[in-house]
Amino acid sequence: MSVLSEVTASSRHYVDRLFDPDPQKVLQGVIDMKNAVIGNNKQKANLIVLGAVPRLLYLLQQETSSMELRTECAVVLGSLAMGTENNVKSLLDCHIIPALLQGLLSPELKFIEACLRCLRTIFTSPVTPEELLYTDATVIPHLMALLSRSRYTQEYICQIFSHCCKGPDHQTILFNHGAVQNIAHLLSSTSYKVRMQALKCFSVLAFENPQVSMTLVNVLVDGELLPQIFVKMLQRDKPIEMQLTSAKCLTYMCRAGAIQTDDNCIVLKTLPSLVRLCSKERLLEERVEGAETLAYLIETDVELQRIASITDHLIAMLSDYFKYPSSVSAITDIKRLDHDLKHAHELRQAAFKLYASLGANDEDIRKKIIETENMMDRIVNGLSESSIKVRLSAVRCLHSLSRSVQQLRTSFQDHAVWKPLMKVLQNAPDEVLVVASSTLCNLLLEFSPSKEPILESGAIELLCSLTQSENLALRVNGIWALMNMAFQAEQKIKADILQGLSTEQLFQLLSDSDVNVLMKTLGLLRNLLSTRPHIDQIMSTHGKQIMQAVTLILEGEHNIEVKEQTLCILANIADGTTAKELIMTNDDILQKIKYYMSHSNAKLQLAAMFCISNLIWNEEEGSQERQDKLRDIGIVDILHKLSQSSDPNLCDK
Amino acid sequence: MSGQQQQLPLTAAPQASGIAAPAASAGPAPASAPAAALLLHPPPPPPPATAAPPPPPPPPPVAGPLPALGLPAGSSAPAAFPHGDPALNEQEKELKRRLKRLYPAVDEQETPLPRSWSPKDKFSYIGLSQNNLRVHYKGHGKTPKDAASVRATHPIPAACGIYYFEVKIVSKGRDGYMGIGLSAQGVNMNRLPGWDKHSYGYHGDDGHSFCSSGTGQPYGPTFTTGDVIGCCVNLINNTCFYTKNGHSLGMKNNHLGLQTPGEVVDANFGQHPFVFDIEDYMREWRTKIQAQIDRFPIGDREGEWQTMIQKMVSSYLVHHGYCATAEAFARSTDQTVLEELASIKNRQRIQKLVLAGRMGEAIETTQQLYPSLLERNPNLLFALKVRQFIEMVNGTDSEVRCLGGHSPKSQDSYPVSPRSFSSPSMSPSHGMNIHSLATSKGSGTHFSGFESSCSNGVISNKAHQSYCHIKHQSTSLNVPELNSINVSRSQQVNSYTSDVDMETDHYSNGVAETSSNGFLNGSSKHDHEMEECDTEMEVDSSQLRRQLCGGSQAAIERMIHFGRELQAMSEQLRRECGKNTTNKKMLKDAFSLLAYSDPWSSPVGNQLDPIQREPVCSVLNSAILETHNLPKQPPLALAMGQASQCLGLMARSGIGSCAFATVEDYLH
Repeated sequence: MSVLSEVTASSRHYVDRLFDPDPQKVLQGVIDMKNAVIGNNKQKANLIVLGAVPRLLYLLQQETSSMELRTECAVVLGSLAMGTENNVKSLLDCHIIPALLQGLLSPELKFIEACLRCLRTIFTSPVTPEELLYTDATVIPHLMALLSRSRYTQEYICQIFSHCCKGPDHQTILFNHGAVQNIAHLLSSTSYKVRMQALKCFSVLAFENPQVSMTLVNVLVDGELLPQIFVKMLQRDKPIEMQLTSAKCLTYMCRAGAIQTDDNCIVLKTLPSLVRLCSKERLLEERVEGAETLAYLIETDVELQRIASITDHLIAMLSDYFKYPSSVSAITDIKRLDHDLKHAHELRQAAFKLYASLGANDEDIRKKIIETENMMDRIVNGLSESSIKVRLSAVRCLHSLSRSVQQLRTSFQDHAVWKPLMKVLQNAPDEVLVVASSTLCNLLLEFSPSKEPILESGAIELLCSLTQSENLALRVNGIWALMNMAFQAEQKIKADILQGLSTEQLFQLLSDSDVNVLMKTLGLLRNLLSTRPHIDQIMSTHGKQIMQAVTLILEGEHNIEVKEQTLCILANIADGTTAKELIMTNDDILQKIKYYMSHSNAKLQLAAMFCISNLIWNEEEGSQERQDKLRDIGIVDILHKLSQSSDPNLCDK
Repeated sequence: MSGQQQQLPLTAAPQASGIAAPAASAGPAPASAPAAALLLHPPPPPPPATAAPPPPPPPPPVAGPLPALGLPAGSSAPAAFPHGDPALNEQEKELKRRLKRLYPAVDEQETPLPRSWSPKDKFSYIGLSQNNLRVHYKGHGKTPKDAASVRATHPIPAACGIYYFEVKIVSKGRDGYMGIGLSAQGVNMNRLPGWDKHSYGYHGDDGHSFCSSGTGQPYGPTFTTGDVIGCCVNLINNTCFYTKNGHSLGMKNNHLGLQTPGEVVDANFGQHPFVFDIEDYMREWRTKIQAQIDRFPIGDREGEWQTMIQKMVSSYLVHHGYCATAEAFARSTDQTVLEELASIKNRQRIQKLVLAGRMGEAIETTQQLYPSLLERNPNLLFALKVRQFIEMVNGTDSEVRCLGGHSPKSQDSYPVSPRSFSSPSMSPSHGMNIHSLATSKGSGTHFSGFESSCSNGVISNKAHQSYCHIKHQSTSLNVPELNSINVSRSQQVNSYTSDVDMETDHYSNGVAETSSNGFLNGSSKHDHEMEECDTEMEVDSSQLRRQLCGGSQAAIERMIHFGRELQAMSEQLRRECGKNTTNKKMLKDAFSLLAYSDPWSSPVGNQLDPIQREPVCSVLNSAILETHNLPKQPPLALAMGQASQCLGLMARSGIGSCAFATVEDYLH
């Protein structure tokens, strides 16, 4: 208590002087305060507690204050903001941002620069909501105008923009106020800091933004196109930070469709630079960003994936990402250990992400990845890490690798990856669930040896609950996995699925607005209605509803694939012993089949033919009557016609 | 202490006295030459082409021997394409340019760069075409014994630092058993590259790399027809990596390798732009090496380093006689100057005379101040006299000038010096000339004033009115270099003109006043001014006709007479000291001047260029210093010479980092 009061006493003195009636003394007080707080977090906290901030803000805003005083106030406030996050919060609570923004209207450059520096510090803090920059619509245009004032205004404003531009709305606001034109020429500034901050601005502006990206490719700076300038900034003798950021710009422009993936500036410049950033020589944080950016660059292009996979032994290089903290660092160097620990999660998730991208399409690359030392163990461990980020990217990696039939049968089985995967699926956030459930889809494929154990661990219930999700991707994955599960499954599983899902939910899904969900649900039905005893069994319990649903879909406005799938279901039903009758007694359905037999689409014709063929199969009891009935409604005529057509689908009758 | 120390003489003596060869790690023998070897490592005989199944499978990426669908080995050798000569020359030039740019540190006289495959250093199954750049295999390719390879014409010089070449697979032939890499001279060419000691290779059939061993290690992808494979050798850290179609495949542990069987491949040693951006890789290493130099720990114990630097600067200033600067520098850095001030001034006076072209006086003064110097050194005396003869032709030597009788006031002497000041690179050997520019505007009779005037070429702030004279008289001038102080400059100069000390010599060149304070004369303002007058002078001099010996008949006679004396001296010298080809040539060149009606524009006219006074001046200065037991080279110049020699030694010892550190980089 006494210690605290001692400390505050010395700080109190500084605050008191701010209230001196003599402006000259106030100024001296502020200057002394400035010198006292530099690098002294304790002092900063004290001054804030003692209420220095409102007074400083008051002095700063006072028109009667001298310019010098106002500038010094801004400097002190900037210094306070450099402290802890709590400091920034306190400043925000005092409404510092509007005050500083107001200050930008002053004609005095020195004062403007001090305000901007302070704003920069505040906006780059994670506790500051970036929305505060956009609340007053006049701020952005004014900042754009200030860009021409000095290299400091350029640096600070660009830095503010690059931190406060989150998402398409912000991008659009900045873009509409001429950010591209205003900032482009700063790339040729003589000041490294200005160039760097301008570059960062472009990377955040271009991210997932085709409009900005398309504009950027055509911008000229000193007679050179922007992509060319970015390529120059990628040169190996440039600072790593610059190489990384320009690689991001080019990557984002490429992913936004503004640069072709086979353009030399991507294939021969951006990609190799990013691979180099993953190398051991780089700092841990650079390696993380390098790998993440590269993962994003190659995510959807198999050719880039192939090139990356052979460049500088990238796949082997990434395995080093899992070696932090290293056993050496633990003993010898506490500081290093701390540093390694801090980045270990980030490194792992970045490596998983990049592996996922690398293995997304090419079987050979997947094989190479899985052959990397301890790969499967690392994934399995990753799936159960506490960090959500690591779990998510581990699942992604697993998903990517699960597209390989060979791996499903071998490595996946050897390492029982389904176990941690099922665990991930419990109570995970949606983004993890989406990837995890689509991995599960692959693991439930009929040839996958993991199928059995997954079923035993309660997958049906889990998947059925997914089909009720609000999230479309989860619904698709849920029903998809169920479809895979039902394929050639035994009666018990099918019954479990039907029961778990409930007919109600089944029909809910059949009327889902998303065609993917509909298709997979039909697929599920078709898989459920496979062998004859199963057909009869299911139709005896759910026949009415199923027939209704089928009728509805055949009558509705659906695409060919959906109708084909539905006709296939009918064909399956027609294969049942007792189930047949459900069709034969339903004139409506028969008429529909007849209609599709003469449909212009050959696929639908074929599917309809299957139905008929199953209905009239000779060796079965009652086939004669069915044939008669069908003849009555004119199906035979159509069959005759079809038999003369070119299609070889006339093998029956 | 700005300006002056920037002008470091680049003509440092090339005697790197005793620089120990870096001993630490003797790397692997650097004599590896890239040998792209076409190695045919024949597979089992190809099965007869059976009827292929209908679905044409995509080319399987399988490593290992595939039944060949291609041509029998070697059958695809292309006919040599006739090359038009012009195209060839163009390619030659292009190659030269690119090699110079890639490997600037390589001295090709000493260590030529590879430009093609060697027709001598190859196995007999290898055929070369297209200027020895295309290689094709013409053996049977049935057993490993049919392997063949070829090496390039020269080993890779260490001074490359980083060396790179590419090979394009024109046809993978029957089996695609091709390798590329490096091998030392003398390695068996009937073998696969990488199998033997000192040979390293990357093989196309399996993508493995071979490092002096019959077993390859998995390294990269396979390669085949149409691919461009590159091999980069880093002689700084002794590593190597390969590239495929411009993509680096990553480091191989400290090894270099090569050999393969292939059917036809084209090499690119720099004839064409490379697919891989090797220059970018070099940039990275240049930056690395330079950072290493910049951060080299100098073990600074209590300012030792700084003191040493200061000593070097000071000794340099003293050596060249910048005595005011040297004094001021010594004072501000708290040092002592070894040589006596008077001695420095003496040397400086002599140098100034030489640089002004007043050789007669220079010789006289030298004889006065250092009585025995020239007697002991007859060759030096001879050289000085030859120069005197040249200056007579020029009309600048004092003996002819007093005879000329042309408006002596307006005679100037060394107008070129501003040029050398403004761009040090043109006249790198001396900073001296800056100060010596301004010399006599009077004839030799004024020399009595000399002592009091030039304490350092820095002309003690005595400006002079002579500009006015020049301005008015310029039309009548016929002294070659002068003719020129023009209006605009004289206006500027006029502002300086204040008190004139008639006791002193008159300095007619604008630089004189500007250097009123010895260490100010590097300032940019003056630079600019001088540059300006420089250009103007050149223009003028081309318009005015220069005349032999300043146009005076008496002077010409004196010159002829002097020439005869010189001839006699030369003969006497030969009798006493034996033949001396240097002297002979010197005399012949000097006399040749008389053979032309306008010596200045004659083929030997460059002798008349004032810049030619500098070597003479430097030799004389060194000789004087030696008599005082002082070094004839300033330590700074010596250090630079040592650095250059050291780089040469590194190149010869296979230390690649010399490629990215040149002395010039550090002379701004």
